[in-house]
Amino acid sequence: MAEIVIKNLRKDFGDFTAVQSSSFTVEDGEFFMLLGPSGCGKTTTLRMIAGLELPTSGEIFIGGEEVGQKRASERDIAFVFQMFALYPHMNVRGNISYPLVSQGMPRAQVREKVAEVARILGIEGLLDRPVSGLSGGDRQRVALGRAIVRNPKCFLMDEPLGALDAEFRERMAEELRSLHDRMGATTVYVTHDQLEAMQMGDKIVVMNHGVIEQFGTPQDIYDKPTSLFVAEFIGSPSMNFLRFQGSIEAGATTVDLQGTAMAVPAARSGFRGDMVFGVRPEHIRLSDSSGYRGEVVATEYLGTTQIVTLRTANGEVKARIASDQPAAPGETVGLAFNGATVTLFEAESGRAIPSALNAGGASDG
Amino acid sequence: MADVSLREITKRFGATLAVDAMSLEIPNGAFFVLLGPTGAGKTTTLRLIAGLERPDTGEIQIADRSVLGETPAERNVAMVFQQYSLYPHMTVRENLAFPLRSPILRTPTPEIARKIAEVAEVLHIAHKLDNRATALSGGEMQRVSIGRALVRDPEIHLMDEPLSSLDAKLRADLRIELKRIQAAVGATMLYVTHDQIEAMTMATHVGVLDEGRLVQVGSPREIYENPVSLYVASRLGLPRINALPAELFAGAPAEAKTIGLRPEHIAHGEGRPSRVVRIEHLGDQTRLHLTLDGHAIVTLTDVHTDLAAGDTVAIQPRNALYFDASGARI
Repeated sequence: MAEIVIKNLRKDFGDFTAVQSSSFTVEDGEFFMLLGPSGCGKTTTLRMIAGLELPTSGEIFIGGEEVGQKRASERDIAFVFQMFALYPHMNVRGNISYPLVSQGMPRAQVREKVAEVARILGIEGLLDRPVSGLSGGDRQRVALGRAIVRNPKCFLMDEPLGALDAEFRERMAEELRSLHDRMGATTVYVTHDQLEAMQMGDKIVVMNHGVIEQFGTPQDIYDKPTSLFVAEFIGSPSMNFLRFQGSIEAGATTVDLQGTAMAVPAARSGFRGDMVFGVRPEHIRLSDSSGYRGEVVATEYLGTTQIVTLRTANGEVKARIASDQPAAPGETVGLAFNGATVTLFEAESGRAIPSALNAGGASDG
Repeated sequence: MADVSLREITKRFGATLAVDAMSLEIPNGAFFVLLGPTGAGKTTTLRLIAGLERPDTGEIQIADRSVLGETPAERNVAMVFQQYSLYPHMTVRENLAFPLRSPILRTPTPEIARKIAEVAEVLHIAHKLDNRATALSGGEMQRVSIGRALVRDPEIHLMDEPLSSLDAKLRADLRIELKRIQAAVGATMLYVTHDQIEAMTMATHVGVLDEGRLVQVGSPREIYENPVSLYVASRLGLPRINALPAELFAGAPAEAKTIGLRPEHIAHGEGRPSRVVRIEHLGDQTRLHLTLDGHAIVTLTDVHTDLAAGDTVAIQPRNALYFDASGARI
């Protein structure tokens, strides 16, 4: 197992720059997520780590060794694809043994390794079955088995759960993560699903248009987004953006929104112009005493909580409140925001304005 | 729009019992959601009402008349499928007009124009009426196929997972929109889905299906707070209800086999010591994966908790749900 260090990695395909200049470190034993929409460069980054693409420039270190221009077969990594490709003419044992047999490992040792991997994955009973009759989950377990059995330096996974239906995906995600907790193997995992990234990852890199937007732990990225893109991409429903024109001085702890002074974390630098007041749905309360008003458009019951959609002077807002709190469409109510959690953004650049909340915790790639 | 009722409907396909003696009342104006996993009989139920399948036994009534002898067209129902099926060579306007021009309806041209304008307004597609169907985004296409059902003013709208092929953000928008449209036009709706969020957020009535049987009908809140069985309790709620042996905690009724604990049923700080296995930060909530006597328990904790894997947390039930050996609620 090993640490992976990426330095100024760039990839051009003709005129198109898929990855601009990425730098990040995956620590030994970490479950690391590359997250972003399609076309953001996450899969290209993963394929460069694997050696399936050569970087245009930059360096890749796996376990201290620079491998950027090395062949995939010389990197000692295991790749798990979205569509689990198994050898259809072999049984489960044959599929899992294959990487070891092709390395020339003695048969007795192969048997032992395969048995161990099958036990970890809970597929001992399937070893002599043909792969054609297996369920989607078991096929995925066999594909994982084939990756694990080689004891590679790290695992690289490209949306391995993408093809599964929602309920099953949730179960496999848990299984994959608990497998990781038992084995402690460095894993780099590509996904476009923010929930999957939050749920499984120790760290997340959020990418957009070939650029790293933000890098950090799931909770930090959620609490302290450094850009409008990240704030919108992470969280469901996503962060509310109240657009307004105004100004804030360094050190100020309020901004003026429609004539109401709104508390914000102390600003570390000033700004004047088009701004966005970003607040997460769970940090909005309905409060009669608040002067900031909104009209309830819809309510969505979710068990213990409900999502209330409101129309305000600064656009549509979603609040997550307790489901036993009354809110009816058509009603006009006051909205109170938890100021300590608010992020202000510059509307045009989309960058977060540094504040007591995010300065220090923030990092751009 | 009309009341629709199913009485003791049974439908087999060979050896498979798809719908098992189902009785169902859909009141006029209801947004009725049938919730169940794949294979529970959801789509078959829709097809039986539409007249695309015939029941083996039982009675189906629309507006108090038996429709078993009627063709799908005579029943005057509208169906929206999971995959939007628009005519690609037609504009949005022509697609919407198509059902109205059918030989059965023979709607006059000014009436067609009026209805299309009305529906396009409700669905926010008025500016796209002269676009080709193929020039629309996925969400717009699905709105047009919903619109094609709405122009007809049928007795009931039958919707078969119409949002499941859309991405998460669009699905969230259309959930609100569909509910708003249904309320605005006063449509009677039967909507089938395996997605608990859709059922909870849109329905006035939820019917929970288990292998062809309707096991509970109620408002989303009734189903969530007062499930009749462990099966129903596990259909709603995220994280899913924890089903544990009743003897794990003191105080269970004698006949209880299983205790059902939703996150809000688990009090922290007192009770039995459990070990933290893993902490999941989802942003708006933090999930605690615990183990107690070898049983996995998932619950929620403070978003910015100091707990870490390996720590011990004492937990005890609070207003838990109990189930007997058959899974029925006690």
